[in-house]
This record gives sequence, C-alpha cells and structure tokens, in this order.
Amino acid sequence: MSASVRRHHWVVRVTHWATVIVLAGMITSGLQIYEAYARFGNRGGPFFPSPFDGARFPTWTRLGGWLAGALNWHFALMWPLVAIGLAYLAYLVGSGEWRALFFRPRDVRGAIEMAKYYLRLRPDHPPQGKHNPLQKLAYTSIYLFGTLAVLTGLAIYKPVQLAWLTALLGGFQAARYWHFWMVWIFVAFTLTHVILVFAVDPASLRAMITGWYRGRFPSHE
Amino acid sequence: MNDSKRLSGQEAKHSGERAKRLRIDRRAFVRLGVAGGTASLAAACGWDGGNALRPRLLDVSRLNDWVGEKILFSTTRLARTYSPAERSAMLPSYFVSSKMPMLANPAAWRLRVGGLVAQPLELTVEDLMRMPRTSYTVKHHCVEGWSAIASWHGVAVSAIVERCRPAAAARYIEFVSFDSDYSNGWDMASAMHPQTILAYGMNDNPLPPAHGAPLRLYSPTKLGYKMTKYLVSMTFSAQRPGGYWEDQGYPWFAGI
Repeated sequence: MSASVRRHHWVVRVTHWATVIVLAGMITSGLQIYEAYARFGNRGGPFFPSPFDGARFPTWTRLGGWLAGALNWHFALMWPLVAIGLAYLAYLVGSGEWRALFFRPRDVRGAIEMAKYYLRLRPDHPPQGKHNPLQKLAYTSIYLFGTLAVLTGLAIYKPVQLAWLTALLGGFQAARYWHFWMVWIFVAFTLTHVILVFAVDPASLRAMITGWYRGRFPSHE
Repeated sequence: MNDSKRLSGQEAKHSGERAKRLRIDRRAFVRLGVAGGTASLAAACGWDGGNALRPRLLDVSRLNDWVGEKILFSTTRLARTYSPAERSAMLPSYFVSSKMPMLANPAAWRLRVGGLVAQPLELTVEDLMRMPRTSYTVKHHCVEGWSAIASWHGVAVSAIVERCRPAAAARYIEFVSFDSDYSNGWDMASAMHPQTILAYGMNDNPLPPAHGAPLRLYSPTKLGYKMTKYLVSMTFSAQRPGGYWEDQGYPWFAGI
C-alpha cells in the first residue's frame, strides 16, 4: 500500500456530492415534466426522431407528483445547480487546478496512448498526472454538457425574452429535444463513472469523501 | 513498510489527525447518504414536497416570478412573428367546464371593464371591432411542452386601458371567464405589452367556441394557461389576483 496523498479540496468534494443530489432532482422532476407532452416538434408535426415518443417513465423515477409540482422542483433546483457549477469553476480557475483537469490539445497524444492501454495494445499503464488524458476528456466534456443543459433549459424557459439563445439552438422544440437528451448523457456518464470507480480505482471513492487518496495512482504527488 | 513508518512520532501524530478528519468526514458522508436516500424516496413517491417543503417550493416560484417580471421581461421586445403559411395543422384547446362553454344569448354578451378605473366600460364585440385592430401569426407555447403556430386578431389591451384610465394604484388586472371559475391575474406591464390583445378572431375567422368565443386574452409572451378564454370581465386592482391554475401551484407570472 502506498501512503495517503491529499487529493480533493473540500470545495471539490462538496460540489461533487451536492451535484449528485441536485442533478438527481433535476432529472426526476424533468422526467415528470416530459410526461405532459412526450414528443418533440410543433403540433401537427413533423416530429424529431426519438425512441422515447409517448414514453411514460416508472413512478420511482419521477419527482413532483404532477406537472405543477415537478415544475416547481425543477425551477427551484435550477438555482443550486447553476450555483454549484459556478462555484466549482471558480475553484478550478482560482486554484489553478483547471490545468490538471481540462482537456487541452496537448492531451490528444496521451489520450491515444491511454486508449491503447485500455484496448490492450500496450502493456504498461502510461504515466499520468492527477488525471489521465481520457479522464480529462470525460470531465471536461461533462462540464460542457452541464453548461449545454443549462443553456438549452434557459432557451425553453424563456423562448421569447431569450429568443436569440432559442434561435441559436435551433428553435423551441429543438432546444427542448437537446435538453431532454442531456438526461441520457448524464445517466450514461454516471453509470460509466461509477463502474470505473469500482472496477479500476475503488480508493478514489474514499478520496472523494475524505479528500485523502490511498490507492494505485498516487503519481501526482 | 507503512506500519514501520507509522512508528515515528511525527507520522503517528499525522495519522491521528487524519483519523480525526476521517471520522468527521464519515459523519458528513452519512448525512449526505440520508439526504440522498430521502431524495430518492421523494422521487419514488411522486412527492411534491409534502406539507413541509411545498410552501418553500412555492416561495422559490414567487422568486422566479419576480426574476421573470422585473429582470427578464421586456415591455418592448416583440415575440417573433411568422407568415400565415407557417401555421400548424392543429392547435389543441381545452376548457375546465364539463361541457364546452357557450353563451345562451350571444347578443346580450358584454365585456365589463371595472375596478380601479376612472371610466368603467361595457363593450360589445362590435365596439371592440371598431377599435384599432392588431393581428399577428405567432407561436403558442403550452406549459406541457407543446407549441403551435396560429394567427390571431383583436384589440390591444393597452387600447382598453387608454379608454378606462386606471388609477395609479392599479397594478394588476383580473381576467374572468364564463368557463366555470376559470380566471387569471396579470401584472400591468405584461398586459400593456403591444402584443397582448383581446382576440375575437383566429386564423382569419371569427374566434371559434373551442378557443374561447366570443373573446379571449392572447399574448405570445405568456404560457397558454395565462390567456383567459370566454372572457366576461377585466378588473383593475392593487392586489395581485390569483388564477385557476396559479392557485393550484402553477407559476403565476408564466412569462416566456
């Protein structure tokens, strides 16, 4: 066993777990809202292709009980969601940790090496800093998807006052369509994230809770 | 190797501090788990917040109303208009009565304008038709998430305001219908928006009964449920009036 290293600042840990709770509320209230009109396109069509046309999601996945209840949850939780996202970004920028997290062009070569390792095309794990390049790619894109979720949400919340944003995203129904797809991106990310944590580096779970890491990849210290 | 290292005094002290920190963090984690578990349970029950949280959610909804009305709403920004060729194939309609509301004697119908006004009015549809006409083709947004494009024509609410001359204290208008107890409360700024009209026509025809004949409120800057159909009166007041859906928990401002 290697020695413990300080890994996650409390701001990172608090925003991480707060996001878990708030995002769960946003997704479940969103699925309840979706049920009120479960397709995409102006009345009379044409409609956007979607495997979820007319879908009803199980009761346990829906928050709010009915449309008004779900809207009130969704429009209350949007504030902490944005606040958490901005606090996390402020920490990354203020601490300089964005350098270890954001995927940059120079990470492309490393990402290819990492992919080779996972595909068993190279035997040894490439050297890495706090996060390997594929992790950087995943964490950078999920932050961008989070931003897109907020922007598409604003576009369908105020399609007249923020008409420029709604138009930029392809119109009201297109923005609604992309807003809905964000759900599945977050669900897929979370499943992959949790599976990788337990399969590859279970010690990282404790690190996200206590801040201290005692596992296989302490190389950044 | 690690154990032998721990024997050194400094390491032991460090380890003790860490253990303390771990305990605290573990307690925080349990608390987090309880909160997360409650959230999942909430979802499982289709929970609207219960008696404890529902009022707090409505407080936030009022805050959102304030942001929508005072920060985001523009009295001059116009909703995008479309060409009549872009009209949707259909636009759903609804009423809250068990049967479609119809006037027994259409000739006797009047729009009563009252409350905090210098000049109360009683207007027939013909009176309204003689006033300057506003028409447009716009997108209708329903709170459920659907949208549809249609044309509407009628008289601007601001033209009525000009004639009835509300008192300075009048900050809201209550629009009441003959569709059971359906009504809506509007803030004055939204009502005075140039695209807020009392519509007596739709898609170049007289307003059909399904869409609120003989007269309905229309505005492309609001969600559909704010546009009172089957109008009978508009009353100016200093207090914020409720509304059919608003009183059940739907957002009051509903500006988009």
